[in-house]
Amino acid sequence: MVSRTCLTGMHFMNGDHACAEGAIAAGCRFFGGYPITPSTEIAERLARRLPEVEGVFIQMEDELGSIATILGASAAGTRSMTATSGPGLSLMMENIGLGVMLELPCVIVDIQRGSPSTGLPTMPGQSDVMQARWGSHGDYQIIAYAPWSPQEMFDLTIQAFNTSDRYRVPVLILADEVIGHMVERVVIPAEEQIERWERKRPNLPLDKNNGGFRPFRVVDDDLVPPMVHAGEGYKVHFTGLTHDELGYPDMTAQTHHDLVSRLSAKIRHNADQIIRTDDYYLEDAQIVIVSYGCTARSARRAVSLARAAGIKVGLIRLISIWPFPEAYIHETCSSAEHIIVAEMNLGQISLEVERITKKAVEGVFHAGGAMITPQSIMNKIQELAS
Amino acid sequence: MPIIHAESHPLDAIIRQDRMPHIWCPGCGIGIAMRCYAHAILQADIPIENQVVVSGIGCSGRVAGYMNIDSYHTTHGRAIPFAVGMKLANPDLMITVFSGDGDLISIGGNHLIHAARRNVDIKVICINNFNYGMTGGQVGPTTPQGALGTTAPYGNPELPFNLPYLMAACGANYLSRWTVLHVRQIMKDILYTFSKPGFTFIEILAPCPIGFGKSNNIPDGLEEIELYRQRCLLIRDGDVRADELGIDLREDNPIYIGKFIDHDRPPYQPVRVGVTE
Repeated sequence: MVSRTCLTGMHFMNGDHACAEGAIAAGCRFFGGYPITPSTEIAERLARRLPEVEGVFIQMEDELGSIATILGASAAGTRSMTATSGPGLSLMMENIGLGVMLELPCVIVDIQRGSPSTGLPTMPGQSDVMQARWGSHGDYQIIAYAPWSPQEMFDLTIQAFNTSDRYRVPVLILADEVIGHMVERVVIPAEEQIERWERKRPNLPLDKNNGGFRPFRVVDDDLVPPMVHAGEGYKVHFTGLTHDELGYPDMTAQTHHDLVSRLSAKIRHNADQIIRTDDYYLEDAQIVIVSYGCTARSARRAVSLARAAGIKVGLIRLISIWPFPEAYIHETCSSAEHIIVAEMNLGQISLEVERITKKAVEGVFHAGGAMITPQSIMNKIQELAS
Repeated sequence: MPIIHAESHPLDAIIRQDRMPHIWCPGCGIGIAMRCYAHAILQADIPIENQVVVSGIGCSGRVAGYMNIDSYHTTHGRAIPFAVGMKLANPDLMITVFSGDGDLISIGGNHLIHAARRNVDIKVICINNFNYGMTGGQVGPTTPQGALGTTAPYGNPELPFNLPYLMAACGANYLSRWTVLHVRQIMKDILYTFSKPGFTFIEILAPCPIGFGKSNNIPDGLEEIELYRQRCLLIRDGDVRADELGIDLREDNPIYIGKFIDHDRPPYQPVRVGVTE
């Protein structure tokens, strides 16, 4: 008998549905969203599934409402999520900043499509990568994953909830139309095998008079304060204004600098725990390809073709994109003769790779609409190898 | 004049003393409305840890920072959807959205009409002072046509919302209007909404002498309150057509106050299905 909270077994499902099942298995019990292609199947699946597990599904009036409502649910102690595509992500930007500032965990799934503006609603893109990193105003750090298969849509959605809770920061899943709509085998493990990192919670004796309790005081090396939920009697104040350890507004340059620096440092200092990468044939590679998401599938095929032709090519696949794996890229690319970045945009992650390696990077870019083919990456490999 | 030292105040437990003094200008009405809310919380038979206030941005949005309960000061216009998520995630919470007309009606207008339509069980208190006060007296969607504002130096060219009419059309479950002159009525009304499941909306007219009054011949807060005293007319549901409930402080028309709508529509409930395995 399969539990409705975790559909343990082997499935044949698309990436959007796998993402929804990953959310349920991770304990997500609140979804607020707005229909938008190519992410809609996530909302549709959760509209059917969340009522089965005593979760809340609400279709909001717009994406501004979607992100605000999942932050509210998170503040009340529930794992919460929304799913959207580029135009909706643009609308969510202000409140992603609120999530950062209030340190409210949540998961935002972006099934990327051809952009900017309305672009190509039914076709893939990877051009929201820099927006995911920098889109809300101000200095902050964010976490983002780039699944390359329906299986990873399941696995990384769980991972996204775990890192979001551990570091108290919104986490993005940056998938794309190809991965969202691709149907493949998805193995859902037994419920007890699904790892869950709980939110750090205050364990101080509850002082109903708020005497001295500082909800934003850092007590651990990870720089993440324990999280108070609404209704626990702590009488906490959460504000998007610059605030002190009490949570009270403090309009001073020093408090602002300290707060914004900590919000960034808690991600940067824990980057080793967050970053996930994979590599193929890297040991003797003279040409290194960096890619992610659906484009990494073409890149891996291109590596196979090139190896068969005797060219020493390797692939770095970014499973997490943000925080950027600076040390890893520096280490793995330093001895390469050539670096290729393949991505379905006009060069976004390539800027990061250039920044870290301080080398000229060859791009295999496409603005979106169709997957970059293995052959177009192979053409670049042959050009560099000759 | 003798100086009086008071050791305590009846609202000490519910107002964050360490956040005083507040930011509001002399003559502002928001503090009066907050005091009514504070008294209602103290008198309500609801555990204090379940009382939550959610605000947006603006002068009225600062109420969240002053109430000594769980309080969330969110982004401009988004207090309602934040509160909706919080309420659906934890139905034990009594969530009041306390914010201003610019925040709730203009930038947050879409969320307001949909929360009323859905009948989510949140309590909305809307301070209406006819302008954007914190940014210094700009016109907004509640500013009477012709009134002066810093962004309408020749007079507001637009028609304002008639809030009761708007909310009635959205299917609001409960709707009332008071002014900050009506402190007992406001306090009782907030208490009543705590006991009433579903979406409730209380509009509270408040003077903003610095932002609105000084440009529109009501330069003193007390003068505006005197104007309320002279012109307010208490009505009951159905006495006056909803489309006639609009306000223009500058005209010698009645300002209708009271409970305009009091329905018992079932509140929004998340869908639940039983699964037989």
